[in-house]
Amino acid sequence: MPRIVKFSLIIIAVYCLLKIPGVFFTRPIPASVLSVYLLFAVVATLLAMTATGEGATGFIEPIASLFADPSKRAARNIVLVIVPIAAAWIAYAALRPDDAPPPIVRSIHPAPPAAFTAYGRTIELASLTNPYRASEKENPSQFRAAVDEGAEIYFKNCFYCHGAKLDGAGHYARGLSPSPVPFRGTDTIAQLQESYVFWRVAKGGPGLPREGGPWLSAMPAWEDALTEDEAWKVVTFIYDYTGNRPRSWAK
Amino acid sequence: MLLLLLCISSVPVLTPSSAFAGDAVSQAGTGSAPAYMPAPRLKAEDYPKAGGVNPRLAVWFAAQMHLWFAAFVLAVPVFVLIIECVGVYTGDVRYDGLAYEFLRVSLTAYSITALTGAALLVSLVVFYPAVMSYLVSIFGSTMLLYALLFFVESGALYVYYYGWRAMTGPWKKAHVGVGLLLNAAGTSLMFIANAWVTFMMTPAGVDARGVFDGNVWHAVNNHLWNPMNLHRFIANVAYGGSIVGAYAAYMFLSSKTGEERGHYDWMGYTASIIAICGLLPLPFAGYWLTAEIYSYSQQMGINLMGGVLAWLFIIQAAVIGALFLAANYYLWCGMQRGAFAARYNGYIKYIAFVLAVSFMVWFTPHTPLLAPAEAAALGGQFHPWLAPLGLMPAKNTAVNVMIIFTFLSFLLYRRSNRAPAVKWADSGKAAQAAIFCAAIVNIVVAGVYYGYFTNTVYKVASSVIQVASTLFVIIACSVIERLIHRGAKEAGAYKWGAMPDGSQYALILIAVSFTWLMGLMGFVRSAIRQHWHVYSIMRDNSPDAFTPTVAYAARVVSIGTVVFLAIILFIFWLAQLGRRRDE
Ligand code: HEC
Repeated sequence: MPRIVKFSLIIIAVYCLLKIPGVFFTRPIPASVLSVYLLFAVVATLLAMTATGEGATGFIEPIASLFADPSKRAARNIVLVIVPIAAAWIAYAALRPDDAPPPIVRSIHPAPPAAFTAYGRTIELASLTNPYRASEKENPSQFRAAVDEGAEIYFKNCFYCHGAKLDGAGHYARGLSPSPVPFRGTDTIAQLQESYVFWRVAKGGPGLPREGGPWLSAMPAWEDALTEDEAWKVVTFIYDYTGNRPRSWAK
Repeated sequence: MLLLLLCISSVPVLTPSSAFAGDAVSQAGTGSAPAYMPAPRLKAEDYPKAGGVNPRLAVWFAAQMHLWFAAFVLAVPVFVLIIECVGVYTGDVRYDGLAYEFLRVSLTAYSITALTGAALLVSLVVFYPAVMSYLVSIFGSTMLLYALLFFVESGALYVYYYGWRAMTGPWKKAHVGVGLLLNAAGTSLMFIANAWVTFMMTPAGVDARGVFDGNVWHAVNNHLWNPMNLHRFIANVAYGGSIVGAYAAYMFLSSKTGEERGHYDWMGYTASIIAICGLLPLPFAGYWLTAEIYSYSQQMGINLMGGVLAWLFIIQAAVIGALFLAANYYLWCGMQRGAFAARYNGYIKYIAFVLAVSFMVWFTPHTPLLAPAEAAALGGQFHPWLAPLGLMPAKNTAVNVMIIFTFLSFLLYRRSNRAPAVKWADSGKAAQAAIFCAAIVNIVVAGVYYGYFTNTVYKVASSVIQVASTLFVIIACSVIERLIHRGAKEAGAYKWGAMPDGSQYALILIAVSFTWLMGLMGFVRSAIRQHWHVYSIMRDNSPDAFTPTVAYAARVVSIGTVVFLAIILFIFWLAQLGRRRDE
């Protein structure tokens, strides 16, 4: 089999493989990622196939002869028609007006401010700690009580959006964009320090910096509805219930 | 250079228009100790304007140019000295000639480094006088030392280069000594400059208002100083190797005779091995630096990896992947120089496959760019299967696997012209295979287990296991390799020059990628300070105190890259002229 055919087959196979999650499991690999994956596949295959001298010539020869060999005239003409048409189609498809909104470039965890004002004072994020965290080891019954109260606060305030299973699938979730964050799994609060989560609860969507945009998130600012103590309890609860640990640094 | 330094030392420490917070407080109670001022609170008037020049852009550009050249000229003497010593040790004069040629290539770059350094200094003093005078009030003594070391370095370089041909025989040792002095001075210069830069990121030796405690060592030995020293040192060596590799490629491609091709092939090979040796430990040094940034300030850390700047890390991932691929490709091409190449060509496709897959993992963003339809289909901002690949443990796993397979390419390359001679060679090879497999299993299991099933505290621990496994593979397999090849017959010398031209473009690609990458990541490092001159202590109140868009930054860095490479090309051309004249 000529190398160039082999090469094309490999790339087509990779493409099909990358399409499987989307076609069969409704979990499409985002186009932005897929195109880069494909690029890597093309480059790696190309390099592997041309590393040896004969490999390189075996690859280039058919292309060169297509253009130089008089007996390949028919094939050449076909290629010379198909390639420009394909290029034109790609250009057209890229420029065609389209009513889909542009991709959402949004940082889920934008950088927090160094300090913010809530509860009538300025709170420094660097020195902010959860008052209940220490009691987890020192006074477990006090800790459990805080978690239980946190649960109550959660189900009175948060579960409409963040879901009864803390999976981000509350009643309102479908209607919101950006969608409410699941607390389960390792992607969200497991990546954050508690001070960050507290800031998010206190200041909500309105408190996000610009990169949290482009429009406001529906996450309410809870500083007016929950006391500082309640806010810490609900933070403690969402960690405890999902089995996540706040991010911390070994000293 | 020295004159300029003296100039800035004499810039008045207080600019009249600056207001000071709590002046009285700092005066009182300090008793006989010299009273240091708090960091000034600057106003818009404290930033001089000069015509239509954008101050930030001017400083940025000058700093970037200076850094590229400085990295190059600091690195070259490091490996020139090593190659010279190899020459002395083996008695092979080719090495001596090669070392000399490397040094010559970098010579013009020294003067340009000094020029760009002066340009940087001028632009800083002109546009940011108050910032500079605050820094001088703390670092003044180190700046004088810097100037002194600069003279030592220039003198040592002069003797080292011009004395190369003269200092032979009994003088050779003295010559090596001069090389050592040159390196000591150069590296110290960099460490001092690093102290200033890291102080601006993680200030130490000052209180919350910026009042200096009077001990320079406290300010120098700040949180990021050592991670930065290590990271920059290793990166410089890799970078310097890549630039001379590009020089060799340039000369290879323009050679007329087979002999010349052979010479430059060998030179390019040596340079690329240096670059690869630097590249392999670099991710670990980078990891240390990042971890230290996080531990100093969560905000800075999230800024670095979680906010808008995270997109630059995605570019970084792609470029580093390209570096690894190019390095491997170069080794595969290099295999063709040996007589036994055909035996190993079959493995190339598997290595390529593993590299491509690791590369995909390494690249995968945690929160990908989603079209609204995709976001709706996924029901959120994360892809449930790909998101875990976006986290650090997955990246560490991928990069360790990439390193191990790059090492495998290197082993195969070495075997392409020699066959083991000892009786137990087969068991030796089996042991190597076992070590490879065990290490890979270990790395993947550690990555998955510690990365996803334990507390975040242990994530750093997992990377230690992974790094240890990788190092173990490299060391153990090299030792075995040496032993089984003891007394091995080489199947003829490598056929230097017998390389496809494509391999040379890989060398050039490595140099270009390195340059671009340094610029981009340098911007990120500096940008995480946000609107601070000195983080959390001295605010930047100039009109430019905002984080530019990623696109703007990428444009500035890309233009810088092109300018730098154009100058480098010019230097290569000069070196080529010099060589002609020598002959
Ligand atoms: C109206 C719906 C709504 C309610 C009610 C709500 N949230 Fe949210 N929340 C969101 C949305 C939407 C997001 C994601 C966008 C964002 O980050 O602002 C979010 C994000 C968060 C985050 C950020 C997580 C991360 O990984 O960055 C936290 C923490 C959070 N919510 C906690 C709470 C808590 C605690 C409550 C109850 C006191 C609550 N939310 C109530 C909609 C809601």
